[in-house]
Amino acid sequence: MSNKIVAKKVSVFYGPKQALFDVDLNVAEKQVTALIGPSGCGKSTFIRCLNRMNDVIDICKVSGNIEIDGKDIYDKSVDVVQLREKVGMVFQKPNPFPKSIYENISYGPTIHGIAKDKTHMDEIVETSLKKAALWDEVKDRLDQPGTGLSGGQQQRLCIARAISINPEVILMDEPCSALDPIATAKIETLIDDLKSSYTIAIVTHSMAQAARVSQHTGFFHLGKLIEFDFTDKIFKNPENQMTQDYITGRFG
Amino acid sequence: MTREQRLKKRYASEKRFRFLGIGAIAISIFFVCLLLFKVFSTGSTAFIKTTIMTEVDFNKELLELGDVKNPTLKQIKEAEFFDVTYKAATGLFPYKNDEEEKGVKTLLSGNYETEIKNYLLNNPELLGQKVTIELTASDDLDQLHKGNFPRDIPEDRRRLNNFQLNVYDNLVEQGKIGTAFGNYFFFSGDSRDPEIAGVAGAVIGSFFSIIICLMIAFPIALMAAVYLEEFAPKNTFTDIIEININNLAAVPSIVFGLLGLGMLLSVFGLPRSTSLVGGITLSLMTLPTIIIACRASLKAVPPSIREGALAVGASRVQTVMHHVVPLAMPGTLSGTIIGLAQALGETAPLLLIGMVAFVVDVPSVPTDPSTSLPVQIYLWSESAERGFVEKTSATIMLLIGFLIIMNSLAVWARQKFERKW
Repeated sequence: MSNKIVAKKVSVFYGPKQALFDVDLNVAEKQVTALIGPSGCGKSTFIRCLNRMNDVIDICKVSGNIEIDGKDIYDKSVDVVQLREKVGMVFQKPNPFPKSIYENISYGPTIHGIAKDKTHMDEIVETSLKKAALWDEVKDRLDQPGTGLSGGQQQRLCIARAISINPEVILMDEPCSALDPIATAKIETLIDDLKSSYTIAIVTHSMAQAARVSQHTGFFHLGKLIEFDFTDKIFKNPENQMTQDYITGRFG
Repeated sequence: MTREQRLKKRYASEKRFRFLGIGAIAISIFFVCLLLFKVFSTGSTAFIKTTIMTEVDFNKELLELGDVKNPTLKQIKEAEFFDVTYKAATGLFPYKNDEEEKGVKTLLSGNYETEIKNYLLNNPELLGQKVTIELTASDDLDQLHKGNFPRDIPEDRRRLNNFQLNVYDNLVEQGKIGTAFGNYFFFSGDSRDPEIAGVAGAVIGSFFSIIICLMIAFPIALMAAVYLEEFAPKNTFTDIIEININNLAAVPSIVFGLLGLGMLLSVFGLPRSTSLVGGITLSLMTLPTIIIACRASLKAVPPSIREGALAVGASRVQTVMHHVVPLAMPGTLSGTIIGLAQALGETAPLLLIGMVAFVVDVPSVPTDPSTSLPVQIYLWSESAERGFVEKTSATIMLLIGFLIIMNSLAVWARQKFERKW
């Protein structure tokens, strides 16, 4: 098992306010790493550092070192567009483009020039939707707006959109928080399937979800990484008292 | 206070509030209706004109075409029409002296000679025949026929003297007075004679101004809004820019007129009184309004769309151009149309750049001198003739009509392009 992402001493500041304090965390290749912790603990902030989504916030400053495949992603020579091609992201609220289902998937390959021609694009759309377990539900209405799908379908559409450009890492920021239990179960199954091809980091509020889908779990509290270990260990035998309290529901 | 009392009080206050709201709406509707009623009752008659059936003798001798066998159109055009028109006009009623002759002739519009000539040019086969033509009546007769001139006041205070009234009554008895569609109002330029004055010049001038205003203001405003909203860093400098834009939107429009006068006419030497300069001046005026509308609609695009695009590796420009601007289009378009509607009704800046000139010709290019609809209203509202009073109201009706069309277009654009997410 090798580490896809290695983060060392990552601190994040929003203006004068520090949101993350010296976080050291590794994301293992082709496995699922879950980040848990109470609201405002910095887990979303951390995951957004991994594909530099924080760049768009003017007042946000990141210090420390994040390497993907041994390359510092905050290096000046790194093109952020290429980084995001490699590190896809799925958000808390499903955010399909208000365009057709087909266009939602084809947008990424179009701007990166991945598809050679129309048939190739059709293939990409089909495989992406199949990988996201959405193909059977939408194959007859690819020209209909993606926003017309149900919440769970929209989220799977967003996952399909993320994998359409064939990333190596997929970041998921609470992907199930806006979904009902059935849709959540589908997404969890999907995550399980996807981990054979992609490295996945997922932020979640649901301890049960972290326990079900992940192999590694990091517990954040007040901007600090309290404990990081195998999921089994965290949930059965945590070393830190705070982790113990959190997973047993005594605070947070 | 008991529970029932409290409840009663709450219902009463709710009722009071609703009553106040209905009252406010009723008052506004009342004033709008008052305005529309006034304008329509005064102006509706301007769309029809009074005519006099006049006998015209297209005598070849009188036209000095006696020795030409088959005169061409060109020859007819160059023929001498004075005798023909004189005979037609004076033949309306027998007169005894010069004064009465003039009285008869002035019952026809100032343009009757051209009307007779054009009639023959359109029907050249009538050469040599006697025909009865419907000629436009003068403003005074027009107003008398429409019932706007009282007849029972002393003669020296009337526009028409007793003899002319007698002629009018006689013509009515013979059934020679009629009404027709007011073609002059729609198809001709301004004139000193109300019966042949029209708004065509003003409509075309307004049209050119609005098009130029749109072509200049829309791209600049959109780019400015996109830059400020999507790319500019938030610092003191951009704050100052924002305050200034909001400030400019509230600057009185006459100030932009002065700017147009000082810069466009004096420094750049652009032609005075033209819709080109008018359009540029109006675009300066509407620019802040459109920028504010565009920024608001860009702001209304949810950030999740931007994140979604960025996350699949779109650059910031791609994100904005492929997703944010298209989604903001409905708001942008309706904001622009409302800005243009504001520009269409604007008078003050145009007065300063000379679009208030008396222009008879209908402009054919934006560099021709012209007026615009609101300026035409202003010009005619100052004229003394009764005919201009109804034309002023009719022009207001036209302007209100255009504004309603533009604002409905804004609503339509908003609904047509609106997308849900």
